[in-house]
Amino acid sequence: MLRPFTLHRPETAEEACALLARLGEDAVPYAGGTELLLLMKLGLLRPPHLVDVKRIRELNELADGGRLTIGATVTHRSLERSPLVRARCPLVASVARHVANVRVRNVGTIGGNLAFADPHSDLATLFLALDAHVELVSPGGRRELSLGDFVRGPWETARRPDELLAGVRLAPWPSRAAAYVKFGVHERPTLGIAVALGLNGEDGRASARIQDARIAVGCVGPRPARMFTAEARLRGVSVDRVDDVVGAVGDAAAAGVDPADDLHGSADYKREMVAVFVRRALRVAAARAGGVEPATSFPYAVVA
Amino acid sequence: MDGARSPATIHLVVNGRACDLEVAPHALLLDVLRDVLDLKGAKRSCDTQVCGACTILIDGMAVSACTYLAVEADGRAVLTVEGLAEGERLHPLQRAFLDAGAVQCGFCTSGMLLTARAMLAETTAPSREDVLHYLRGSLCRCTGYRKIVEAIMAVAETAR
Repeated sequence: MLRPFTLHRPETAEEACALLARLGEDAVPYAGGTELLLLMKLGLLRPPHLVDVKRIRELNELADGGRLTIGATVTHRSLERSPLVRARCPLVASVARHVANVRVRNVGTIGGNLAFADPHSDLATLFLALDAHVELVSPGGRRELSLGDFVRGPWETARRPDELLAGVRLAPWPSRAAAYVKFGVHERPTLGIAVALGLNGEDGRASARIQDARIAVGCVGPRPARMFTAEARLRGVSVDRVDDVVGAVGDAAAAGVDPADDLHGSADYKREMVAVFVRRALRVAAARAGGVEPATSFPYAVVA
Repeated sequence: MDGARSPATIHLVVNGRACDLEVAPHALLLDVLRDVLDLKGAKRSCDTQVCGACTILIDGMAVSACTYLAVEADGRAVLTVEGLAEGERLHPLQRAFLDAGAVQCGFCTSGMLLTARAMLAETTAPSREDVLHYLRGSLCRCTGYRKIVEAIMAVAETAR
């Protein structure tokens, strides 16, 4: 059962922002409801007003400019099946295919996922590795924040109450030299690792060198985090020699995370799993960089 | 743009039949289906979109009715398990579930059938892996899934 609320259905971002500004903390933006309605059913959130943002056309767009723009109300399912996303950022489409289950993907939105800032989000981790930015709209104008600046902590973002998350922008990542691996036995992942390798040349050459490595670890800390020390160990390494450094890279990542004991496992266990899965994700990304799709599968894990 | 707290009329098609309903903004579609329309096929179980027992199709798309506002169904076509058969003639998936012995306690069956129907409408030749992927989040505590997957594959192969 849900407690009664007033439902607003603005048609433009300006109207939505005006409502949010007027109603303040009494109002919550609502899109798919896959996170929000759960908390409302439990009585953990009791907003008197919901502002349905699904009728705002600009929020529902998937657009290809210099960067790929993913509107906040684009569903996981649209992302998964979009030919544009598959071509420009194939890993994003692949990760979207593995979010939750098909019913959640049909209804749940990218913006809702990010604005909710559940620490067990696949997309936040992936977008962090891909240097994505979010766009926020308010009565005062628009601003863009990096994903790292947007997600402040568990269920906490830099969005002000009168701001609306309009969408995500990311530079295309057409390269196959990337991987996302998640692990866990619960409904939400225990661990998510995103690896993206920028090469000095085209994919498919085993001798290509890594110029720009990005590793993001999600779910184990209060928010997804880039592992800069681990990334630095990969710079200049050729993709066919990645095996020589995966151990050190995994250890550096494990040292860089901030896990807590919870139902997903102890902090020590999570740290160990970070080392294991960073190695695995890195090997997958390196194999793809060399033009090979590895036939790997790990127990209780998804390789996207 | 003005907000609504009081009930509004929604127009929808449920199992092929057009209906107008008065629903409050906070009414969940599952409650409307079960308590207003007396369609008990969709079950309330986990209530958190994890189990699939309340799966229904909205314009052909699988949705958890437990976490979906009834007002969202305005102008759309809703299919519940009650609308799957044509009169006395079972849907091929229902027939296949019976033939394969894919039903034990039956609690998950309506959700399984509708999920399978949504998948087959999207994918004409699914692999076993495709079926398993699509059924993620559709839980069965009796069968071990093998016979459910067998039944769905049998229908997919007949359609091919």
